[in-house]
Amino acid sequence: MKTEAGILKNVKSVEKPKQELLKKMKKYWQLYLFIIPALLYFLIFCYIPMYGIQLAFKEYNPVVGITKSPWIGMEHFTRFFRSYHFRTLLLNTLSLSLKQLLFGFPIPILLAIMLNQVRNEKFKKTVQTVTYAPHFISIVVLVGMLNIFFSIRGGLVNEVLNFLGKESILFMGEEKYFRNLYVGSGIWQNMGWNAIIYLAALTSVSPDLHEAAVIDGASKWKRIWHIDLPSILPTIVVLLILNVGQIMSLGFEKAFLMQNSLNIGKSEIISTYVYKIGLINAQYGFATAVGLFNSVINFTLLIIVNKIAKKISDTSLW
Amino acid sequence: MFSQDFQRQSTGDKIFDIINHLILFLVLLLVLYPLYFIVIASVSDPNAVSAGKVWLAPKGLNIKGYHAIFENQDIWSGYKNTILYTTIGTMVNLAFTVPAAYGLARKELVGRNIFMGMITFTMFFGGGLIPTFLLVSKLGMNNTMWALIFPNAISVYNLIVTRNYFAYSIPEELHEAAEVDGCSEGKYFFKIAVPLGKPIIGVIVLMYAVAHWNSYFNALIYIRDRHRFPLQVILREILIQQEASSGFGDAASVIEQQKLADMLKYGVIIVSTLPILCVYPFIQKYFTTGLMMGSIKG
Repeated sequence: MKTEAGILKNVKSVEKPKQELLKKMKKYWQLYLFIIPALLYFLIFCYIPMYGIQLAFKEYNPVVGITKSPWIGMEHFTRFFRSYHFRTLLLNTLSLSLKQLLFGFPIPILLAIMLNQVRNEKFKKTVQTVTYAPHFISIVVLVGMLNIFFSIRGGLVNEVLNFLGKESILFMGEEKYFRNLYVGSGIWQNMGWNAIIYLAALTSVSPDLHEAAVIDGASKWKRIWHIDLPSILPTIVVLLILNVGQIMSLGFEKAFLMQNSLNIGKSEIISTYVYKIGLINAQYGFATAVGLFNSVINFTLLIIVNKIAKKISDTSLW
Repeated sequence: MFSQDFQRQSTGDKIFDIINHLILFLVLLLVLYPLYFIVIASVSDPNAVSAGKVWLAPKGLNIKGYHAIFENQDIWSGYKNTILYTTIGTMVNLAFTVPAAYGLARKELVGRNIFMGMITFTMFFGGGLIPTFLLVSKLGMNNTMWALIFPNAISVYNLIVTRNYFAYSIPEELHEAAEVDGCSEGKYFFKIAVPLGKPIIGVIVLMYAVAHWNSYFNALIYIRDRHRFPLQVILREILIQQEASSGFGDAASVIEQQKLADMLKYGVIIVSTLPILCVYPFIQKYFTTGLMMGSIKG
C-alpha cells in the first residue's frame, strides 16, 4: 500500500504540470484570440516565403508553381559563384557595409556621451530635436538631397570647392565617391536617432558613482572612460551583434536610388543585383539562390558574433 | 554658459566642456543647414540658387516652384494615394500589433516563449525578395494597395517594444483585481490595457505611419498603374530620374526646363516632408518614455 501510494504520488507529480498547463490554457483561452491574427501574419508572410526558398534549388516553371518545379540541385549556386559578377558583388557589399559599421556605429555612441555631458537642458534638447529629425526623411528625399547638394551644376559642395579655388567634382557619377556619400549621408540621417538608446542607458547610470569620482578628483574625461563607457557597454555589445547580423542586408533602397551607369562598378551590391536579375529579368530561381546565399551569410555571422560576445563579455542576444 | 558649475571646475574640465559644446554646435549646424537650405532655396529665384548666390537668406522671393507643384497632377494623386495607404496601413498595423503585443505580454499565455521565438526568428532570417514577391502575386494583391499593407502588417521590432511595455509597465495586480471583479479579457484589454499603453501606442503609430509615408520600394515592385502610385514613387521621378529625361528641345528651352525642374525639387521636398515634420514635435516627448520603457528591459 505504501509503495503504491508512492507510485501514485510520482505519477501525479509527473502529470500535474501537463494538466495544469491545459487548465491554464482553458482558463485563458481568450488570450489566444489576441495573438491569432499576428500568428497568421507571420505564418503567411514570413514562413511561407521561407518555404519558397526551395526555388533556389529548382528550375522555376510558372505554369506548375514552386512545389512542382523540377529540382536541379546546386546549379544556381555554382553558376553564381562562377560568374564574373560574384567577386565584385561580394566585395562591393562587404566593403560598403564594413565602412558603414566602422563609421556609422561609433558616432552615435560618441554623440550620446557628449550630449550626456551637457548640463544646459535647452542646448541639449535643441541638439536632440534637430539631430533626430532627419531620421524621418524618406530615402527618396535623402538621395534627392544628395543629388542637389553634390550636383555638378551649382551644387553647394562644388560651390565651396570652387570658392576654395578647386575644380568641380561629379560626385554622384564617380565610383570612388559612392561609398563615402552612402555612409556619410547615413550618418547624417541616423546618428541622432541611434544615439537615443545610448542616452537612455547613460541616464540610468547612478549619480553616486560620478559624485564619488568627483570627490576623488577624477576629471570628466576619466569619468567618461571609467564610469560612462563601462555602464553602456552591454547596450553597445547587443547593438553591435545586431548590426553585424545585418551586414549583408544593406539597405537596398538607398544603393538602388544612388545607382547610375557611372558608379555601377561600386554601387552594384547583392540586393540590387537580386532585384534586377529576379524582378526585371524574371530569373526567379537564380535570384532566390543569390538572396539565400546572402541571408545564410548574415545568419551565420550573427550566430558567430553572438557566441564571441557571450564568451568575452557575458552579453548576448540569447 | 559660464554658470557657477562651470567656474568651479578644474581647467581640464573647462577645456573639455568648451570643446564638447563646440563640437555639438558644429554637429547641430551640419544637420540643420541642409534642411534650412532646402527651405530658403524653395522660395528663391532659381537663377540665384543655381548661381550659388543663396546661402543664408532667400534671394529674389519667388514661389513659382510651389505653383508648379500645385498644378502637377501626379503630385496631387500621389499625395492622395499616400494619405490613403498611410491611414489604412497604420490601422491594419495597429490591429495586428497591439492585441498580439498584449497577449504575448501576459504570463498566463501558455507557449508564449515558443511564439516569441518564432516571431524573433523572422527578424534574422526570411524568404527573401523573390519568394515574397511570388506569394504576394499569388494572393492576387499585385497592383492593389493591399500589397503595400499586408506584407508589412507587423514590424517585429514594434511588436517586441509594445509587448515589453505591456509586460513591465502595467502592474500585474491590476489584472488580478479586474479578474476578481469578473472583468473579461476583452474588456480588460480595451478598458485598461490600451488606455495605459497610450505612450507606446503613440510611438508605434508614428513609426508605422512614417514607414508607410516614406516607403517606395513595395510600390515600385507591386504597383503598375500610374494613378495608384504613392507620393514617393512620383518624388523619385522628380528628384532622381529627371536629370536623365530633361534633355530634349533647343538649348534655351532645356535650360528653362531645367530651371523649373530645379525649382520644383526644393518645394516638393518640403511639401512631401511637411506632414511628418508637423506630427514629429507632438510625439517626440514620447520617444524616450515610450520607446525606452519598451526596449531596455527586453
